[in-house]
Amino acid sequence: MMSEIDRRKFLTAGAASMGTLGLMQAMPAWATGHANGTLARRGSDVLAGEHLTMTVADAAFRTGKRYGPAVTVNGTLPGPLVRLKEGQNLVVDLVNHSSGGTSVHWHGLLVPFLMDGVPGVTMAAVKPGETFRYEFPIRQSGTYWWHAHTLQEPMGHYGPIVIDPLEPDPFTWDREYVLMLSDWSPMHPMTVMKKLRTQADYFNYHRTTATDDYALSGAERRMWAKMRMSPTDIADIGGWTYTYLINGHGPDDGLELPFTPGERLRLRIINGSAMTFFNIRVPGLPMTVVAADGQNVNPVETDEFQIGVAETYDVLITPQNADAFAFVAESIDRSGMGVAMLASRPGARASVPALRKPPVLTMADMGMAMNAGAMAGMDHGAMDGMDMSGMDMGTGKGNTGSGMNMRDTARLPASVKAGPGMDMVAMHPADRMDFPGLGLDQAGHRVLTYKQLTAARTNPDLRRPSRLKEIHLTGNMERYMWSFDGQKFDAVTDKPIRFAFNERVRVRLVNDTMMVHPIHLHGHFFELVNGAPSDRQPRKHTVNVQPGGSATFDLTADTPGDWPFHCHLFYHMHQGMFQIVTVRPLQEGAGQ
Amino acid sequence: MRYLLALPLLAASPAFAQDQMDHAGHHQHTSAPTSADPSGSSTGTPGSVSSGDAMESPEAMDHSMMNGSMDHSGMDHMQMGHGMGMTHGSAAPMPAGDIPQAPPPAEAFSGPDFAADQFVGADVMAASRMHVVREASGMPVFWLMADRAEFHAHEGKDGYTWDVQGSYGGHIDKLWFKSEGEGNFGEKPERAEVQALWSHAIGPWWDLQAGVRQDLAGPSRAHAAIGVQGLAPYLFEMDAAAFISNKGDVTARVEGELDQRITQRLILQPRAEINLAAQDIPELGIGSGVDRIEAGLRLRYEIRREFAPYMGIAQEWKVGTSADYARASGEEASVTNFVVGVRFWF
Repeated sequence: MMSEIDRRKFLTAGAASMGTLGLMQAMPAWATGHANGTLARRGSDVLAGEHLTMTVADAAFRTGKRYGPAVTVNGTLPGPLVRLKEGQNLVVDLVNHSSGGTSVHWHGLLVPFLMDGVPGVTMAAVKPGETFRYEFPIRQSGTYWWHAHTLQEPMGHYGPIVIDPLEPDPFTWDREYVLMLSDWSPMHPMTVMKKLRTQADYFNYHRTTATDDYALSGAERRMWAKMRMSPTDIADIGGWTYTYLINGHGPDDGLELPFTPGERLRLRIINGSAMTFFNIRVPGLPMTVVAADGQNVNPVETDEFQIGVAETYDVLITPQNADAFAFVAESIDRSGMGVAMLASRPGARASVPALRKPPVLTMADMGMAMNAGAMAGMDHGAMDGMDMSGMDMGTGKGNTGSGMNMRDTARLPASVKAGPGMDMVAMHPADRMDFPGLGLDQAGHRVLTYKQLTAARTNPDLRRPSRLKEIHLTGNMERYMWSFDGQKFDAVTDKPIRFAFNERVRVRLVNDTMMVHPIHLHGHFFELVNGAPSDRQPRKHTVNVQPGGSATFDLTADTPGDWPFHCHLFYHMHQGMFQIVTVRPLQEGAGQ
Repeated sequence: MRYLLALPLLAASPAFAQDQMDHAGHHQHTSAPTSADPSGSSTGTPGSVSSGDAMESPEAMDHSMMNGSMDHSGMDHMQMGHGMGMTHGSAAPMPAGDIPQAPPPAEAFSGPDFAADQFVGADVMAASRMHVVREASGMPVFWLMADRAEFHAHEGKDGYTWDVQGSYGGHIDKLWFKSEGEGNFGEKPERAEVQALWSHAIGPWWDLQAGVRQDLAGPSRAHAAIGVQGLAPYLFEMDAAAFISNKGDVTARVEGELDQRITQRLILQPRAEINLAAQDIPELGIGSGVDRIEAGLRLRYEIRREFAPYMGIAQEWKVGTSADYARASGEEASVTNFVVGVRFWF
C-alpha cells in the first residue's frame, strides 16, 4: 500500500519536473520570469524644468499575484510625469543603467526628427552604460506621453507628458489628474511574441466553444470556421496574461483620487498600453471630452468612449451627489479592467461594474458593408442575428459558387502585394469614423465616435490636398504577420512612403484585417476627415482604423526627415507593420 | 504616493468661451459664408503645390494661419462656439473622390535615403537599422511540438506512439523537422522515421515542404519527400506528402485533424490518416493502393496551452494487399487501441 502511493508520488513529481525542464530549456534566462533589480514603485514622480535626467534600469514589478521583470525610468512604473510649458526649451539626459538598448520617443511632440527617439531610424539604441541627450523646443501644449521605442516599452518604459499652454485652454477646471493606462505582464515581450507566432489565439480564453453562450448561429459558426477566422479575435492578449494598470496600480491596488463634491475635474487619460484598447466610463457621471491626442476639441458630452493604444483624451467631470465614483477602464475584449476610485473622503468606495459580455465580430468587421459609405445608416445590432450563410448575394464578382471570397485580391490596387501575409481583403471597406468601437455599438448610452470630434481652433493649413495616397493595413492572424500594403518592414526598408516638404496629402487607410489598428505617424499631426468642416477636422497623431473599414486623414508634411509610421499594437509593429515616412528635401539644419 | 499625480490647478482662469479667444483673429471670418464648396476651390493638379503656396516655417503656422487661403474655409463661429452638438458641420468635407491618386512630386525623391546617416554616421545607423529590421519584421522562432506522445494498451501488449515536429524560421521560410513512430514495449519499433524539410509559405494558410525522410525501423530506406502542410477551410489541420524511396518506391500519406473545443481548455480532436502506395513493397508489408488507414479520437485538457494530457481511442486498418501481408505474417489487419498521452509544445 505504502509503496504504491510512493510510486505514484514519484511518477507525478517526475512528470512535473520533466514538463518544467522542457519549458525552461526553450527560454533564455531573462525570459523565465526572473526579475532582477529593485521593486518598481507604482506611479510617477513629476519632472519639470528645462534640464531633466531620465535613468533607465532593470527592475522587478509586483501587482496582485503577478510578479516579474520590469523596466523603470527613475525608479517608478510608469516613469516620471514630464511637466512642461509651451515655448520652453527642453534638455533631457537619458542615462541607460539597464541591460538592454533604450531610447525615449516623445509621442505626439513636434520635434526635429533626430530627437524622435527611434532606433534604426533617427538614432542608434542607447547601449547599457551610455547616455543620450535630447534637446528641442516645446512648440505645443496638451496631454501626451513618452515611451521607449525598443523591447523595453511594454515592460514599463513609458510615462505621461503634460504641457501647459501659453494661452489658457478654452475651458476651466478645479483639479486635474493624469491617468496613464497600461497593460503589464510578467512574461517577457520576446516570449509573448514567440507564443503569438506559435499559436495566434494562445492568449485568448474567450474563443467560441461547444458550450459558449455567444449569440452565433450554427451557420455563422460554420462560416467563420470555413473562413479560417475567429469571431472572438478582439484582442490578441487579454486579462489572463495582462494586469491592467492605472498609474501603475492594478485593480486591487486601491488607487484613490480625492475630490470635493461639485468641483470640476480634468482627467488627462493616456493609453500607454502595448496591446490593449480600453472602454472608459465613470458610471453615474457624464464626461465632457475637451481634447483628443493633446489637441483641444469642441466639447462633446458622452457616457463612454473607447481609447486606442497611444491615444490620449482629456475629459471634464463634475462628481457630486455621491461619496465615490469608479473610473473604469475595461479592456476591449472584456477580459479585465483597470480601476481607480474617485473618493470624496479617504476610503470611500463606489461599486465597480462587472465586466460586460465579450463582443463578437460582425459582417461590418469583415469589410462587408453593402455600400461603401452607407455604414452610417446600418444597424449593427440587426446584423448580429443575421444568417450570414446566405451572404453571397449582392457581394458581386469574386464569389466562387456557393460561398463568398473573403480574399479577392482583384479588389486590391497594384501597390498591394498579396502574398502569404494577407488572409483577407475587405470587400467593401467603408469609412467607419461613426463606429464607437468593437462592442460599444449597443452600449445603451452615449459613446463617443470620431465623427463627433471637431477642432477647437481653425487648423493651420487650409489647402486642399493635392493628391490621395491609399495605404492598406494587411495581415495574417494565423501566421501572426502584419504589414502595410502586404509588405513587412524588411521588404520596404529602402522603399519609404514619400512626401514632399509642405506637401498637403490626403491619406486613406484601408483595413484589410478583422482587427482594429491604432496607426501612428511620428512628428506630425494629421486631421481626420470625419465629416467636420475642412478647417475644423480634428488633429490627431494616432488614428484607429476599424476592422474591415477605412479611415482618412489630411496631412501637411511640414517637418523634413525620416518618420516612423506604424501600428501602435506593439506585437503588430514587431511582426512587420512598420514603415518609414520620408519628408524631403531635408532643409538646412534639419534634425537640429 | 497615491496622490503624486494630483495636481490641483490654482487660480483657474475664468471660462473662456470660444468666441472670446480672439488672439488668432477668428472674428474677421465670422461673416464668411457658412457653406463653403471645397470642390470649387481647386488648388490644381497633383504635384502643383509650389513652394510659394507652402508656409515658410512650420513654427509660424500656429500664429499665421489666417492667410488668404482661409477664404474657402467658410465656417460659422457662432455655431462653433457653442459646439456641444457640433457633429455635423455646415461646411461639407472634401470628398475623397475629387482628389486624384498620384505619385509623390519629384522633390520627395531628393536627398539622402536615410536622413539620420549624415548626422549620426552611416555605419552606426546601418547597424542599428539592421537590428531593427530584424526585430520589426518577424524574428526567427523555434517551436517543437509533440502532438502525440502516448501509451497504448491492446490485449496485453502495451505499446507507444510518438508524433513530433518542430520548426525554426521566420514567417515565410522555415527548417522543419518531423518524426513519428510506434512499437510495442520489449520489441523493436514497428515504424520509425525522421524528416528534415525546408518549408516555404505558398499562401495564407499553406506551406510547401520538401526534403528527406529516413526510416529508422525495418529495412533501411531513405526517401525524398515533398508535401503541403497547413490549415484547410473549416480549420482542418492538414499534412499531405509524397515520398520516393532510394529503391524507387512511391508512397504518399495524408493526415488531418480538427480541434473541437468543448470548453476553453477541454478539446476533442478527431484525427485521420491514410497511407497510399503506387506499388507492392512486400519487403515492407505494403500493398499497392490504399495501404493503411488510421482514425483516432482524443480528448485533451489544456492545463496550459503548452501542456495537455489526453486520452482516447485509435483504430488502425491495413487494407487490401497490405492486410494480406499482415495476416500472412501472423499480425492482425485491424487493431483498436486505447491511448493515453500528453500533447506538449514549447
